[in-house]
Formats: sequence, structure tokens, C-alpha cells
Amino acid sequence: MELDKNKLDEIILKYGRDKAHVLAIFQDVQKEYRYLPKEAVKHICMRLGMPQVDGFEVATFYKTLSLKPRGKHTVHVCLGTACHLKGGADVLLSFVRELKVKTGETTADGEFTLESVNCLGACALAPLVRVDEKDFGKTSLAKVRNIISEFTDHH
Amino acid sequence: MALSLEHLDTITSAFNAREKAFEKIMRVCCGTGCITSGANRVYENLLSAVDREGLSSRILVKKTGCHGLCERGPIVMLGKDEILYQSVGKRDVAADVNLLLKTVTEGKVADALLFKAAGKKEKYVSPLEIPFYKGQKRIVLSMNGVINPEEIDDYIAHGGYRAPFRAFRMSSEEIIDWVTKGGLRGRGGGGFLTGRKWHSASAARGSPKYILANGDEGDPGAFMDRSLMEGNPHAIIEGMIIGGYAIGSNQGYIYVRDEYPLAVARLSKAIEQARSYGMLGQNVFGSGFNFDVEIYRGGGAFVCGESTALMSSVEGKSGEPRDKYVHTVEQGLWDKPTNLNNVETWANVPHIINNGLDWYTSIGTKQSKGTKIFSLVGKVNNTGLIEVPMGITLREIIFELGGGIRGKRQFKAVQTGGPSGGCIPEQHLDMPVDFDSLTSIGSMMGSGGMIVMDERNCMVDVARYFLRFLTEESCGKCVPCREGTRRMYEIMDRICKGAGKIEDLMHLEELGKALQWGAICGLGQSAPNPVLSTIRYFTDEYKAHIIEGRCPAGVCKEITTFSIVEEKCTGCMRCSAECPMGAIVGEKKKPQKIDDLRCITCGICYDVCPFDAIKIG
Repeated sequence: MELDKNKLDEIILKYGRDKAHVLAIFQDVQKEYRYLPKEAVKHICMRLGMPQVDGFEVATFYKTLSLKPRGKHTVHVCLGTACHLKGGADVLLSFVRELKVKTGETTADGEFTLESVNCLGACALAPLVRVDEKDFGKTSLAKVRNIISEFTDHH
Repeated sequence: MALSLEHLDTITSAFNAREKAFEKIMRVCCGTGCITSGANRVYENLLSAVDREGLSSRILVKKTGCHGLCERGPIVMLGKDEILYQSVGKRDVAADVNLLLKTVTEGKVADALLFKAAGKKEKYVSPLEIPFYKGQKRIVLSMNGVINPEEIDDYIAHGGYRAPFRAFRMSSEEIIDWVTKGGLRGRGGGGFLTGRKWHSASAARGSPKYILANGDEGDPGAFMDRSLMEGNPHAIIEGMIIGGYAIGSNQGYIYVRDEYPLAVARLSKAIEQARSYGMLGQNVFGSGFNFDVEIYRGGGAFVCGESTALMSSVEGKSGEPRDKYVHTVEQGLWDKPTNLNNVETWANVPHIINNGLDWYTSIGTKQSKGTKIFSLVGKVNNTGLIEVPMGITLREIIFELGGGIRGKRQFKAVQTGGPSGGCIPEQHLDMPVDFDSLTSIGSMMGSGGMIVMDERNCMVDVARYFLRFLTEESCGKCVPCREGTRRMYEIMDRICKGAGKIEDLMHLEELGKALQWGAICGLGQSAPNPVLSTIRYFTDEYKAHIIEGRCPAGVCKEITTFSIVEEKCTGCMRCSAECPMGAIVGEKKKPQKIDDLRCITCGICYDVCPFDAIKIG
């Protein structure tokens, strides 16, 4: 994939070419591409005047960043304590069955990436599932299919 | 433009006059919980219905932050604590919106939307009567659910931004003295005396100095900071202005989890508005003091809630903690004197300055002053956010505010302090909630997560859960934490799978001690707490797993089977309708059978059976 370097520079300039903002820059780039391309990390490091090793350290340390391409939709199944106690792990397994992927992987058609997350902070509505920016509270095994179909393109 | 006290009063009276012109104010809770339950749809429908019915001059519809009773969301509040409507729009948005309007036009309280405690008949009209709210003392949360967090004038009209004026008339020492004597302790979980920290940062040599607000709420099962940042962001900024002035810092940072996009958005908006009013920037309120605040977003790393890791993250590095033989108040962010407090701690500051020492010290216990916000979740009836005075007992919180245990089950334990805390059994429920007593029973106050468990929760599994969490979140810098949590997890996993040995308990305790002594940061040192506290209070459950090879709660899948007791089964088919795998077979009105090959031991059948006909084996 060809990276739009101008776009990257635009994001970098928004934060004033400041090394301290490398995480925020990465996050904004990820929002643009749905993942953080390695080439983008290299370009940003060059612009910020920091060694690539430092850039990749940050890119691999923080869980919200992904150097691997992600699907069109990301499913986050919350495994915070409240969700765990109310069957979050079973909900995750149900997504594994329905989407036929392991946690952390993307479906073959590139539609969904399945991930678990260690608390989304809506614990009163456990178990919680977040797809892209939409939260689903009090989910259950029976609701998993409905959630998936809400984000499936019906041709 | 720098606003004076008189300006604030003018804004207040203009704002109040505007609101008073309406017959009724309807506040729609748009906290994360209620939004998940559909609050945005209720808000939009209500707005257009008010418009359509020509009621725009009589009814004002407002968006507010989290009201607390997330379980029953979306919440709509009419007037000031007059009527609380719950689960609005859950079944039919249009119909419920109609009921809301009728409350005003026909003066009819909508019975169907009133709060009713689980299993009881009594209905409540005013939130002040509902036990969930009655037992609270809302100081930090006093404006949550009342004001529109995106409107600074609303905050000002409710008394906001007055405290800096008072503070600017005091000397730096005086302010620090107040905060110290007020006994305010770190709300992020550490419980360190805030005033003492401020004093050290203020006395430290070096410039510039920085102040930080920790909004990296990584504890699973906790969302106090989130609701505060989303529901009342200005309170945090106001506290930071005062802290900056007292400590001698001109730059503050708020570090927020990336998982909280709404908190980031509302804080950003609040900072912008505060800047435009001259409350941030050069010459704050015309005092000659310069102060500004910037937001940093986290990256999904639990360890960044630790002070030194957080600072490392703000510097643009990976968030790894460091040893603290040099204190961060002397050398913190960019090796400069840095004062870090939790967002809830910051939000307490304006109240202490406004209302004075005597008032603040009258709330709470001898060693723990003021209130604490908790997120009460798990198997209680009323899950949500509460603010209670320190010293309240766990029993009051769980059985009065929380409305007791859900369904027909029994209380087993309450977990406080997240991965750094422990599980507290029934015998300690009358313990007053404050920093010191919770520590004395092997748990800790922590940042305020309070997770209630019943007999269907396995304590061994809970301990394993926290270790899994910690192995994933350990930053890997120090060996005791990186390897220690992993080895402990392996042992716990073995026990949960029925392959544990009785010596394992000893090994867990030994490893736990090694972590307590050897880990660099507080998160590593406290990592064994969930295991040690469950071994201490629930040894029998460990022994059932190890010696008898069974999980009494029916949670640990490898050693659990569910079967149907023929004599008790009436063939009502409730379980087979709910079974997600279609694993329950049989004819109607005749005893059913579970197909073990299909069964995933999720236990839904056990939970729904009205006749106790499902047996855990």
C-alpha cells in the first residue's frame, strides 16, 4: 500500500513535531489506516528525529496500536472483572465460533478483527461488547449473532 | 479576557434566568452507561417531540453526565430531584417520550417509568427517596447528572470556578496547609496524603514544575474517573488551577485512557472553554499566574496508571515504571519536580477551598476524610456509581444502596482494589470503608472498583482471572513481576483445571512474597493480593478444586459438568429455550437431558431453571 506522506506530515505538524506526542501521532495515523503501517512508523521517526528503535518500542508497547492490518470492523469483547463474572469469556468464545477466527485475528474476508480488552469502563452493563465505536451492554451468547449481523453488509 | 468574580456572578444570573423561564427542565443522562442503553435516541426523540408539540418554550431538554444508576438507564430526571424516570425508551422510545411530555402537560407522573426495587412493589418518585441515592453523600459528584458537561456557564452557575479566587487570596503555604489539615488522601488508590505531596513538590528545587492528573483508570471493574471526566470535567481543571498555583507550576497534563473517547472529547471541550474565558492561559483570572492544561491519551496499557510509568508515557516513551529512590516530586516528568494526583483527588480540591476545613474534616473517619466514589458492580441489584462518606460499611453499600444480591443467590465476596486488592468475605462486611481498614483485611481501597460476587462465582477462578490480567499487563521490566505473575498464573490455571497439588498453595504464597518484596512498582508489589486473599478466606474452595477435583460454583469448565435431576425437572423447556448450543434435549413436560458433547458448560440452564433441577457435578 502506498502511504500518503503528506497526510502523515499533516498529522505530525498538528502536534508540532514533538517527540513527546509520538503516541498521539501513531493513534491518529492508526485512525486513518485502521492500523499503524511500519512505513508510517519509519517516516514519523525520521520527521521527529528519533531513532526507529524508539518508535517501534512505542508502537509495540501500547496495546491499542497494531502493526498488522485490521478488519473493517473491530470487535472488542470486554474481559474486565465485572464482565468476566457475568460470562464475558463465554461471549468471547461465542464470537470465536461465529466469526471463525481466534482472538487477535481478522476474518478471511477482512470484515472483522476480534479482540479482547481488559475493561471498557461500562461495568454496570456487563458483559460489554464494543464494535468500532458502538457499545452493546448486557450482552449474552444469544445476542452475538445479532451484533455481528448489524455490521455485516447485506448484498 | 480575564473574568472577575463579578463576571462569574453575571454569567450565573443570566444562566439561571434563562433556565427559570422554562416550566420544566428534563435532564437526559448521557453518560457512557446510558448511551449504551440508548440515551442518545431518547434525547433526540425528546427534542423533536418537544418541538413538534410546540412545547419548546415550556420544556428545556438537557444532556448531562452520568447520574450513577447505570443499571436502570437511560435515566431522565425532571426538575431538580423531583422525578426520576428509569429505563426510558427501553421498550418503546416514542411511547416513553410521550409519557415524559404528559408529565408536564397533564401533570401526570408516569407510573411505568418509576424506579421500583427488585422484588419489591414500592415505587419511588423522587431520587432522594431511592435507597441507592439516599445513602450517598454526593460532593464530587454533586454536579454530575445536573449540569451539561459541555457548557461552562452551567458549571459556573452551579458555583464553579469560585475556588481559585479564594485560593489566589491565600498564600501557597496556606493552601497546602488546608489540603494537608483537611486530610485529603490520594483517591487513585495509594491513599498518600495529598497535602504532603504538594508540600514536597512545592519545596523541590528545579523549574519548570509540572502537575499531572491521572485519568488512566486501568482497574478492571472501575469507572469512577471516567464518569467524573465525562460528567464534570471543569471540576478537575478547577482543582488543577489551585494545585498549580500552590505548587508553583504553570503547566498541567491530564492523562486519559484511549478507551474513553467521550472523556477525551468532553475534557478537550472544557479546556477550550476555560481558555476562552481566561481561566487557563496567561494571567489566569487576572491574577498574574499563568497556567495551562493539555491532554495526553494513553495507549491501552494498565501499567501507565502507575505514576512513573505515566510520566514516561507522557515523555513519548513506552510506559515502564522506575524505582523511586528519587521521588517524582523532586524528579518526575522530564526530570523536573512533578506532582501527580488522581482526577478524583483534583476534583475534591475546589470543595475544600470553598467550604473550608471544618466542613471537610467533619466528613469521613479519623484517618480518611471526605467521600469516595465507588463503582458498584457485579451481582448486586443496583449496579452503578455511588459517592459515599468514608466509614460507611460494606454491608450498607451492598445491601442498602446496592439493593442486595441479584435473584435468589447468596452473597459470597466483594472484591475491592482491582488487581491490587483482594476478596472480602461475609465476616468482614461490617468493616468501615476507609483506606486503613480495608488494607488490614488483606484488600485495599484502590481506586474504587467494588465488585460483588455470589455463590455462582468461583474464587479460585477470580484469582486466576486477575493473574491472567496481570501477566498480560505486566510491562516486563522487572523479573519478579514478569516471571512471578506468569508462574503464579500457571499454578492457578492448573488448579482450575483440576490438576493442582496441595503444595501449590505453599508455592503461591512463596511466590507472592517474592513479588511483594522484589517488584519495582506498586502494581507488581500488590499483584499477589487477589491470590493471597482468596487463599486466606476461601481455602475450602481451593481444596475442593485440588483434592476433590470439583468446582463448587460450577465455573471452572474442565472440572464442571451440568446434569438434570430427573425427579425435579418438570419439562418446562425453559433451559432448552435458553441454551445457546441446543444441547438440552427431551420432550415437553418430561424430564430433559443434557448432551455432554454439545454442552459448553456456560451454566445458563442452571441460572434460569426455576425448579433447581440442574445439578453442578
